[in-house]
Amino acid sequence: MSSLSRDPHPADGRPGGGTPGGAPGSGRGSGPGRTSGGAPGSGRGGAGGGAGGGPARGRRAVRAVVRTLHRRPRLRLALLLTAPLTWLVVAYLGALAALFLAAFWTTDPFTSNVVRTWNTGNFRQVLTTSVYWHVALRTLGTALAVTAVDIVVAFPIAFWTARIAAPRYRHLLVVAVLTPLWASYLVKAYAWRTILSTGGPLDWALKPFGLHGPGYGLPAVVIVLAYLWLPYMILPIHAGLAGLPDDVLDASADLGARTWRTFRSVVLPLVAPSVAAGSVFTFSLSLGDYIAVQIVGGKTQLIGNAIYSDVTLDLPLAAALATLPVAVVVLYLLAIRRTGALNSL
Amino acid sequence: MPATGAAVRLCGLRKTYGGTDALAGIDLEVRHGEFFSLLGPSGSGKTTTLRLIAGFEEPTDGSVELAGQDVTGLAPYERDVHTVFQDYALFPHMTVEQNVGYALKVRGTGRAERAQRVRAALASVRLEGHGRRRPAQLSGGQRQRVALARALIDRPAVLLLDEPLAALDLRLRGRMQAELKELQREVGITFVFVTHDQGEALSMSDRVAVFNAGRIEQVGTPAEVYERPATAFVADFVGASNVLTGEPARRVTGRPGPYSIRPERITLSAPAEDTAGVGRETHDDAARTGACEHRASGTVTDVVYLGHAVRVLVDLDVGGRLTVLRHVGEGADHATPGTRVMLRWPAGHAVPLPADPAPAPAPDADPGPDADPGPPPGSPGPGSPDPGAPATVPAPGRGPR
Repeated sequence: MSSLSRDPHPADGRPGGGTPGGAPGSGRGSGPGRTSGGAPGSGRGGAGGGAGGGPARGRRAVRAVVRTLHRRPRLRLALLLTAPLTWLVVAYLGALAALFLAAFWTTDPFTSNVVRTWNTGNFRQVLTTSVYWHVALRTLGTALAVTAVDIVVAFPIAFWTARIAAPRYRHLLVVAVLTPLWASYLVKAYAWRTILSTGGPLDWALKPFGLHGPGYGLPAVVIVLAYLWLPYMILPIHAGLAGLPDDVLDASADLGARTWRTFRSVVLPLVAPSVAAGSVFTFSLSLGDYIAVQIVGGKTQLIGNAIYSDVTLDLPLAAALATLPVAVVVLYLLAIRRTGALNSL
Repeated sequence: MPATGAAVRLCGLRKTYGGTDALAGIDLEVRHGEFFSLLGPSGSGKTTTLRLIAGFEEPTDGSVELAGQDVTGLAPYERDVHTVFQDYALFPHMTVEQNVGYALKVRGTGRAERAQRVRAALASVRLEGHGRRRPAQLSGGQRQRVALARALIDRPAVLLLDEPLAALDLRLRGRMQAELKELQREVGITFVFVTHDQGEALSMSDRVAVFNAGRIEQVGTPAEVYERPATAFVADFVGASNVLTGEPARRVTGRPGPYSIRPERITLSAPAEDTAGVGRETHDDAARTGACEHRASGTVTDVVYLGHAVRVLVDLDVGGRLTVLRHVGEGADHATPGTRVMLRWPAGHAVPLPADPAPAPAPDADPGPDADPGPPPGSPGPGSPDPGAPATVPAPGRGPR
């Protein structure tokens, strides 16, 4: 009965890995160092198109191009990125730069023509006129309210799609969450106009409780925007919750935490970056919206409306106004970055 | 046995997933203060058992008792049990201190007391000075110890460990085995330890339950399980064994078996010691007289040098093949393929197994070189062990994952 005292060392007969010596170094010398000598000129590359010399010559030319590209990674990268980068710089950043420049010009009060004289009057006007302040603050409040509503609504839905629903239905549910995005923004906004109208479906549904719908106005704007941007909040939270390891939740319960405690101490902190990522969408989209406001906002004005109505009359002022939401979004992103949310975008 | 005698008691525990039994009704008692291992190939139900004890899942049938109290249907946070998970499951957003103090914080222990107990817990796993770090900044062995400290800080009645050493490299695993055993002895808490590594189970446990295909094949001390395997599966999964069955078994021992013989119990000698040509008669003789030693002659087919030992494969003259494991210097050194040898072993070490072949292990029973349980126990016929199967003594930590 004492055989356990035997030497417990591995008697496996397979010590260590088997292959003697590593694989011979791969012969392919790629890497950026290779290109340093070559001029970026495409040289032979262009000649290939000039057909005429029979299939053999054409093939040779193609091979030469391929070889040249293979040897010059930077050239490959240049070919790949030139067009999209041009688009990004010219159309995207260029427009922003033009906007910012235009904000420093003025308008001839009689002709409404833009006068290209350099001054900061527009910014001064925006920052000192109380109407603009009110509109800006109302817009900020709307964007924050929409974000808050979306978080509250999206979290349970995402929790269900990511953790409760049977795994094989989860993808279907995500698709279902996305379907509203396939319908036109305008159609959805007008549908809400109908729902919220006086004596409309919402009023009718609330009537038995002695209540009535909010009617057109700021609350309606928040409801409609929250509805419109909801999928942008659900998706990141769904991804965050789906990535939550089961073991970590089990561990929390195992250590004595009840459901609510686990939610507060484990789930919420771990999913917070996803929530922040979703809020980047809902917040910035709400900040710039001016159509839903026109449809269900009644007399409410948001910064988008102010810009919209100024564009034809006083373009430089509109530009100065438009830099406000840009600045706010930049500040928001800087704040969000601290949560690490931008890594989960 | 009074209900309070057991730290954990499982009665008729069954768990079904989509119509298939992960656990086919097991009964088990773990005593207070015991280091108890659940050993088996992956898919054999040992982790399911652990999760049922912890309360992460509810049994399809049967009950779980902790210290005499039926806890079936209670949530994990209502059970005086903590778990060390295979991948540790540390909270990534908390520091080591916060992780370790979590159980106390949840129960509302005051800040000062918590800090002091966290410090003590970290000291007990030799992680002083690491309290402010995040789990991601720790090595695998350190995370392992944080998980241990976190689970032990409020002294649960039972600690469940789900293959906690599987993710560590070989060297570290050996060290952690020793530490874990020592820790268990110090704190005196009942440990239920899941592993597929038979060496780990044998070297650390007070008792072992061997799982196969959702059932328990045998419960006993490591020595009992190793020396007196109850079934062919146990004989095969726990260490390496020779199963002698059918005609060869009858000729050597007088009965058809099957018998399990541990390779290190067999001694080798030169056949010259025996009168040449007596062969069969000798065996029958031995059988008739009920001699206290079994003998069989054969031819060496393979010799494997293992450093501290030599493994010799011998084809018996009566049919079948046996593996012999001798320490270097114990008379096997001279063996070369083709050599004629005489094998002997004390009759008491030919352990009779039930004639019914044990149910074959689940198809995914063998997760690779990691848990190398050798050939399936059902592999029938004379000279049972697969010649390619490594014969091993219980070895802590087989090859790295």
